[in-house]
Amino acid sequence: MKDAFGSPQSLLILGGTSEIALATARRLVARRTRTVWLAGRPSPALEAAAGRLRSLGADVRTVAFDALDTDGHEEALGKVFAEGDIDVVLLAFGVLGDQKRAEAEPATAVQVAQTNYTGAVSAALVCARSLRVQGHGSLVVLSSVAGERARRSNFVYGSSKAGLDAFAQGLGDALYGTGVHVMVVRPGFVRTRMTAGLDPAPLATTPAAVAVAIEAGLRRRSEAVWVPGALRPMMTVLRHMPRALFRRLPV
Amino acid sequence: MSSPAGPPGSRTAPETAPATATASVTAPAIASAPVTTSVTTSVTGWGRTAPTTARLARPGTYDEAVAAVRACGARGGIARGLGRAYGDAAQNAGGAVWDMTGLDRIRAVDAEAGTVVCDAGVSLHRLMEVLLPRGWFVPVSPGTRYVTVGGAIGADIHGKNHHVAGSFTRHVRSFELLTADGAVRTVRPGTALFDATAGGMGLTGVILAATVALLPVRTSLMTVDTERAADLDDLLARLSATDHRYRYSVAWIDLLARGAATGRAVLTRGDHAPLDALPARARRAPLAFRPGGRLPPAPRGLPDGLLGRRSVGLFNAFWYGKAPRRRTGELQKLSAFFHPLDGVPHWNRVYGRGGFVQYQFVVGLGAEGTLRRIVERIAARRCPSFLAVLKRFGAGGPGWLSFPSEGWTLALDIPAGLPGLGPFLDGLDETVAEAGGRVYLAKDARLRPELVDVMYPRADAFRALRAHTDPRGVFTSDLSRRLAL
Repeated sequence: MKDAFGSPQSLLILGGTSEIALATARRLVARRTRTVWLAGRPSPALEAAAGRLRSLGADVRTVAFDALDTDGHEEALGKVFAEGDIDVVLLAFGVLGDQKRAEAEPATAVQVAQTNYTGAVSAALVCARSLRVQGHGSLVVLSSVAGERARRSNFVYGSSKAGLDAFAQGLGDALYGTGVHVMVVRPGFVRTRMTAGLDPAPLATTPAAVAVAIEAGLRRRSEAVWVPGALRPMMTVLRHMPRALFRRLPV
Repeated sequence: MSSPAGPPGSRTAPETAPATATASVTAPAIASAPVTTSVTTSVTGWGRTAPTTARLARPGTYDEAVAAVRACGARGGIARGLGRAYGDAAQNAGGAVWDMTGLDRIRAVDAEAGTVVCDAGVSLHRLMEVLLPRGWFVPVSPGTRYVTVGGAIGADIHGKNHHVAGSFTRHVRSFELLTADGAVRTVRPGTALFDATAGGMGLTGVILAATVALLPVRTSLMTVDTERAADLDDLLARLSATDHRYRYSVAWIDLLARGAATGRAVLTRGDHAPLDALPARARRAPLAFRPGGRLPPAPRGLPDGLLGRRSVGLFNAFWYGKAPRRRTGELQKLSAFFHPLDGVPHWNRVYGRGGFVQYQFVVGLGAEGTLRRIVERIAARRCPSFLAVLKRFGAGGPGWLSFPSEGWTLALDIPAGLPGLGPFLDGLDETVAEAGGRVYLAKDARLRPELVDVMYPRADAFRALRAHTDPRGVFTSDLSRRLAL
């Protein structure tokens, strides 16, 4: 169960090697979290992440999960919920893709869309059903400011996050009153493996900062969290900017 | 919602009729399963933190309660009274929550034995309404009248008279407990089931009715002595030296005062006023129970942060300053003395959407140093707490999870949104546990589960009894899940 400050006792991370998710897990394990499930494709990196969390005192288990294998979601995630309540599900998987390559090879764009959107929709709905039965729990969905308005330089990824963001908001409304809380997290540019080699955008942030914001959002039962918070007014301006002008922005 | 009226068979005594013989309260075996409708709804404790959703049903008869327990699903159920537990004790995510206020009948008053037999959903307010005019008062009254008898047993509540009268269950002669197998058992003091249920947070079963010993009183007024204590040492000295002279004693403590004034307090101590203390006019109806008008309820949707350091600091300075240095023999209404906050319905809303936590702990006599360190830490932290009270407990009771034990108890309210509050209270827990103390489960929404067994050494016996009497885990609450009880 979550305590009065929204600190969960059990955590399921979808995308068990996500740096943001693992930074969040470290913070939560330092508070009340004792059970952590890392769902992801079996890999040494996943086991290493589990080992690091174990060294912090958590009971960590890994479960084979592939975002693209939507047919297998039910079984893989059902197994986790069968073992006990999950207080927080952190949906953290996603791929950035290569925009230029995606425009040249549509198949790679499809993979981005299927991972970030289709896979997330499937996994979120499977988890939402179990959370509903529990009557409590939070589903934290890692969206992105890139989904707020698609940019020329990044619109395949951006559109997949736009779809996910809209889906998660709708799911949050659908689950209102069931005890299940859905929180959309919209980080800006986060310095991670995913963005290594890219020029940081303005207001760039870190996984640790996103983790702090997620923990605070759980405490406040927020429905949307921007990281950093200044992105919210900034994106409001960008969202309303005329196309002709927006197109020319060097973003 | 079902009708609160019971079946004709259970109407054993008119509600307010005095009777010398206690009525039988055992529920008959069910013939046909009565239907209690349930609604799925979000439930929180009084602190309004950590809401979860449950199917809320309101059994109106013992049969309906039995049927509800038998029909509860895999996620179990928990009895709920008037929702005054601050944390998650009367919540059950995904399962059933049984609103017991439908069982609301006072069945018999035995004027010779000085006992009352009533349903578990009867509130202490109702008992006062009925019993005071007859010259009886509840044996233990907490800071609110709006708790049920069942809740009073489940939390083994205490009041300002703990140093003389102990906790509520000391005055319970027996109760009817609906257990996981669907049977109704009469439970008496001195048995394991009684001691597990006294303070057991509803996890041993659903209390359906109880026989409670009452306190005879001559008037419905209190005679109250008020005095100020300049600091914590002064306060503890006064409580240690003179508490035994009073039936009721409590100190409001200003936890925002720092430096030399750390722990300054206002003591209010008193007893039921004797008849000759009343002015002539009041003597005409000495036992009238007039709690006085209630203010309009606190509105919904108040913002967080109304009760910040500044506003609470001002309030505390005013409250301390307005208290007389020393005043004796003041006549006060019962409600003003015992339940000042009951005058504002839904006062818990003033903490805003984020809610609040109440932290209450007890440390033994001799642990004054620990108490001092904690008070200093709270003062240094500037926790905006205006409802902080300190009291000296008498000896504890036999309840396995019962909170009160001999020593000092401090209770304070803090807005849940205060940054860093979680780790801060965890630190206080450690200090309390090291001193052999404990925190109160009826107020808890955040204790680290590992500390339960340290603070409550008989928690293991409690779990063992639950495993034996309730192997399926019928009685489950968010608290029991969170603390693995």
